[in-house]
Amino acid sequence: MFGIQGRVVAAITWRATMGRKRAFIFAISPLVLVLVTTALKLSHPERASWPADILGVFGLTVVLPLTALIIGTSVLGAEIDDGSIVHLLATPVSRAVVIGAKYAVAVALTMIFAAVPELVAGLIATGGATKLALGVFAGALAGSVMYNAIFVMLSVVTTRAIAWGLLYVLIWEGVLGNLVAGARLLSVGQYSLGIANSIAHDPGLNAALRLPTAVILGALVTAAALVVAVRRLASFSLKGEPA
Amino acid sequence: MSTIELNHVSRWYGNVVAINDITMTIGPGVTGLLGPNGAGKSTLLHLAAGFLAPSRGDLTVAGAASWHNPGIYRTVGLVPERDSVYSFLTGEAFVRATAQLHRLADPAAATRRAIAMVEMADAQDRRISTYSKGMRQRIKVAAALVHDPPVLLLDEPFNGMDPRQRLHMMDLLHRLGEEGRTIVFSSHILEEVERLSGTIQVIVAGRLAASGDFRAIRRLMTSRPHVFVVRTSDDRRLGARLIGRPAVTGVEVTGRGLQVRASDYGAFSRELAVLARDEGIRLRELLPADESLESVFTYLVEA
Repeated sequence: MFGIQGRVVAAITWRATMGRKRAFIFAISPLVLVLVTTALKLSHPERASWPADILGVFGLTVVLPLTALIIGTSVLGAEIDDGSIVHLLATPVSRAVVIGAKYAVAVALTMIFAAVPELVAGLIATGGATKLALGVFAGALAGSVMYNAIFVMLSVVTTRAIAWGLLYVLIWEGVLGNLVAGARLLSVGQYSLGIANSIAHDPGLNAALRLPTAVILGALVTAAALVVAVRRLASFSLKGEPA
Repeated sequence: MSTIELNHVSRWYGNVVAINDITMTIGPGVTGLLGPNGAGKSTLLHLAAGFLAPSRGDLTVAGAASWHNPGIYRTVGLVPERDSVYSFLTGEAFVRATAQLHRLADPAAATRRAIAMVEMADAQDRRISTYSKGMRQRIKVAAALVHDPPVLLLDEPFNGMDPRQRLHMMDLLHRLGEEGRTIVFSSHILEEVERLSGTIQVIVAGRLAASGDFRAIRRLMTSRPHVFVVRTSDDRRLGARLIGRPAVTGVEVTGRGLQVRASDYGAFSRELAVLARDEGIRLRELLPADESLESVFTYLVEA
């Protein structure tokens, strides 16, 4: 996709991210999602809308952002923290290629660890390839694309990317998004729900945005985050010795 | 052509000035940046390597500004001080990845050549996580050399190396300098710089304190006034006699003895003993007060 340079960056990133035994951490929350869904299915809940609740509220707005947060902040953030990014940046590789390759790896990993489990949970909950199962899968795929742009950007902008990412997911999307209607317009979780609902048409998902709004705003947020990430990486500075 | 030029370069962090108005030209050959820890050597190398923006002034490498210009890495190789490398890769894979990032026509051949240069062929198929500090340093140098750059910047390359590895690295840098490359390394250890570099730049407190041929700077260091602390059975009487001597330029009575400033180190040491014997004064202690590297630097700055 980016030629040899992009493939080398992506290959190193893939190995660095998967090799640090992080795969187990990535797998925890999706595993919980599938297990809880299975348990609910077996217990035959009376509430008919339970699949939309677990797939939407838990899957799309908890499991997906948290998995994307861990992955998105580590593909580049880990190398910035330990300084090994210097070896990558001391070459004539365009900074856009570095961000692009790392972002692509983060999106792919998030799809594997969050979107695919969401589909599996959807299949289990609804008993087949229903509109709801496919809808939340589409929402999770789109969410992987959008969330990671923000989290990769955060990892270049601040050394406390995980803290800021958590604040965004929990406070902005979790609390404000429920209380203030305007906050939903700037919430990746709502974009994912909007995209999911365009297929599922399930009021249980509580989607506040319609498809065009979700897609356009989501694309804008994603593009803006990636542009900021590239620009900040181009200004990456090494701290001098303490004076 | 492969020169590094600094023109009134300053760099500050908030109120802290790390580099203060430095103007210098570094040409082919080995140049050592000498200075105590925290003097600004790393800051200077980071500025040259394009990993820091000058707050003021211009800095160019081979004619091109290094900040915001990834293109300079075709000309420049950087060996950073921090030991972090992709330790899950083998040495060979790390150097080859760097060659590919440079889009070299034949990455495999360039990798072999660079690894041979640092004599790491035997260990190239081991993971970097199994390497000693010195081996890591060498594989970092191989990666920085893989595209055959005319300029090589090394931040404290001898840190943590044992004497043999140090000699080997010095030898390599010397050879690279002889080939006409511009090699710049930083060190806070005088001997390293003395053995290796024809030219040194002494950096103290962000300023260029001395610059030029090593021997000239060495002379400047040894012919400086020496300060001694002398404790005797009668400090005041000896002090009164010492001040009459041409080799002595100053005497001060302090709580821990006499502080004597001597312009001629040899004459002073001969006369002190004679004087003390003639006066019947017992010499209890004679200490050089300023032999630390720091005082040498202080002297260079104030000179």
